[in-house]
Amino acid sequence: MWARRRARRGGHSAEELRVRRREREAALRRARRQQQLVSKRLLREDSAAQEGTQDGGDVVPDPLSEDEVLELLRGVQRGSEDRRRWLGRLRWALQNEDTQQKFVRLDGSIRTLTGLFTSSLAELQLEAARCLHELSHSSVPAVAEACLPVTSYLLTYLSGHSLELTELCLYTLGNLVVESEAVRKQLLPQGIIPVLASCIQSPHEAVLEGVGYVLSQLLQAKEAPTEIIPLVLDSALPQHMLQLVCSGLKAAMGAAVEFAWCLHYIICRHKDNELLLALGAVPALTSLLLDLAAQIPPEAPEGLELLVCPVLRCLSNLLAQTDCHGPDRRLLIALFLILQCFLQQHPFLIHECLWLLNNLTADDPSCCSALLSLDLLPALLQLLTCSQMGTVLVLTVLCNVAEKGQFQCQQLLQQPLLAQLLPLLTLPDPEAVGQCLELLHLLFLHCPEAAAEFTRQGGHQALEQHQGTPELQERAQALLDMVRQPPGAPSACQATLAASS
Amino acid sequence: MRPARLALPAMLPLPPRLRLLLREGLPPLPQAPPSPPASLPTPPFTFTPRRLQLGPQHPLLEDGDVHRHLYLQGVLTSLEEVAERPKVSEFSCHISGCSQVFDTLEGYEHHYNTLHRNVCSFCKRSFPSGNLLDIHILEWHDSLFQIMAEKQNMYQCLVEGCTEKFRSSKDRKDHLVTVHLYPADFRFDRPKKVKSGSKHTNSPVEQGSSVPMDVSVEMAEQSQGNAMETGPEESMEISQPAASPGPSLPEKRLYKSRSVLWPQGKRGWDHSSFSALCSMAWAALC
Repeated sequence: MWARRRARRGGHSAEELRVRRREREAALRRARRQQQLVSKRLLREDSAAQEGTQDGGDVVPDPLSEDEVLELLRGVQRGSEDRRRWLGRLRWALQNEDTQQKFVRLDGSIRTLTGLFTSSLAELQLEAARCLHELSHSSVPAVAEACLPVTSYLLTYLSGHSLELTELCLYTLGNLVVESEAVRKQLLPQGIIPVLASCIQSPHEAVLEGVGYVLSQLLQAKEAPTEIIPLVLDSALPQHMLQLVCSGLKAAMGAAVEFAWCLHYIICRHKDNELLLALGAVPALTSLLLDLAAQIPPEAPEGLELLVCPVLRCLSNLLAQTDCHGPDRRLLIALFLILQCFLQQHPFLIHECLWLLNNLTADDPSCCSALLSLDLLPALLQLLTCSQMGTVLVLTVLCNVAEKGQFQCQQLLQQPLLAQLLPLLTLPDPEAVGQCLELLHLLFLHCPEAAAEFTRQGGHQALEQHQGTPELQERAQALLDMVRQPPGAPSACQATLAASS
Repeated sequence: MRPARLALPAMLPLPPRLRLLLREGLPPLPQAPPSPPASLPTPPFTFTPRRLQLGPQHPLLEDGDVHRHLYLQGVLTSLEEVAERPKVSEFSCHISGCSQVFDTLEGYEHHYNTLHRNVCSFCKRSFPSGNLLDIHILEWHDSLFQIMAEKQNMYQCLVEGCTEKFRSSKDRKDHLVTVHLYPADFRFDRPKKVKSGSKHTNSPVEQGSSVPMDVSVEMAEQSQGNAMETGPEESMEISQPAASPGPSLPEKRLYKSRSVLWPQGKRGWDHSSFSALCSMAWAALC
């Protein structure tokens, strides 16, 4: 069975797997910072993976010598009875990156594969497609570029009816496009966007997921904002993408995940998302989140976070790009239910949730009031110390609420807010401390009694320690002036309030 | 005062009945005094509420991006379970003239879709897609086509989404190579050949016709003494029968199968091996 290669437990202890995952994660973070975050997917037949290994698919065959690779090529070219076996051996050997490079350097190697791939001999065709797929997984750009002559054929078979072949072609294309700009530059005039636009109407989930994979890979290219996104937006793809994302809870979850990431890559890199807004992306994604939150079991199903994450991002960015007034307040409830559900397993989603919460509350007083009246504040305050970035985001949301006026500030102060803010002032992160100072200022401004309470709790000492921090000292000093006002005297904050009104 | 430590709560203190509210709608908001008009922050304070728009490289997105790529790389465990492909007892293709044997439904599906799905009912050629089959039927078997083609551009581009039409298949090929960056050795066109192998069930339309092109290119063609293309650049036709050491085809073959998009090989390439392969495969198929 063809399946995406999954981590296998066979032969590895849980600890080994954890170590490996940590290493991979560190490598991905490094790559992201260098703007070289690239991944490929591998479809591999389980039986093939097991052929040469006892402990699953992680063992890569040893590199072959030039002569051995040549022998394989000759074997494949020779019209002997066991050609299919030769091709199978070639495919197995091509899992090795070194062998891949030797193979593509051989004269006629890609031509031979292309020939078999375009043949009508069903079995050989599939096997050749699998060889090409192995090559597409190489991280060496020269290997991807050796596959340039085959891209037009890969596209042609996307319109075919063989599910397995179509899937292989899709994942091969998706792998090739991230490796080489030359491949992308060739695929665009070869018509990859219209082909994908017709493939996206396929009834097969596996094909849809593959289409989403190719698109998501294309959309991450550095030239995407100028070269690719306009073509995608100009095609029939956006409406289908949106529709597939929104039906992800009912069917084709894998496809929904891919297309949700596609939408994210478009929205976060494109300045003007009017087309998606006109297609109703905001209400559609909103209702997806509402449905999801209403149905979500206490233990979220594995993989759901991969859909939720880009959907939250899309909504946040779209809300930031539009003057959309009065967002659906039920989103607040959905956000907290989602937070609750993913908190332990996938804490990274907290950032996306808080980002959206900020965009909902920033200039919508009714969302701020709803946050308070729905009694969601205690839960929000629990997240004050979830992570460095989370702290800043929660403080920002609280600022959004406090900024709305005295009534909101009073409601905030009904919680033990000051007691929770105090320890935050000792955080080493100046951004978090700075945001904390901003919040205190808003609270003291609208509720002078809070300043007195803050002093009682020993707040001025916490402020004093920031008098020497360049980016904080002015604000710390201003707050100290506010809290040092003797009770009953007209406070500085009342003066500023009077001045601002 | 305790210094703040980063910590993740196990549970959020959420009020009950949130889910119910989601389904039944929110209660009306309590009457709040109207908010004062937004004022600019007083220096040194700087906070103004704003909706944040984040670009692809924003640090907030790092964790989620890493998670996405761990998923793509298959590092996340227990994702999808591999479904076992059900084995079935051996069966053969039901298309008359084809006796390929299968032990999985998938194998049969692939075979059927490759060889029997987009088959021209006139000349039994097989095409990789419905679109290419449509173009083939139009250009080869529609008697009006030739008449029309003399008056207007009728050869449509093979690339999906491109609406260009051309006066001749050669113009189309030039267009495909220059505009769509198809490989220059891409064989779109072939002179329509007279089948010398009388064993083939060629349609009468095809026989002796001088229609100059074919969007299809043969792959497994085994016709004996077939003229094929004669141009030097076409010498690598893998199905050159002359080089075929394979057995002659059985009489009962009812269809030919070809690939539309067969790349043309170089001179000196071992095509006899391909012919042998084809013969072998055909022996199995027929």
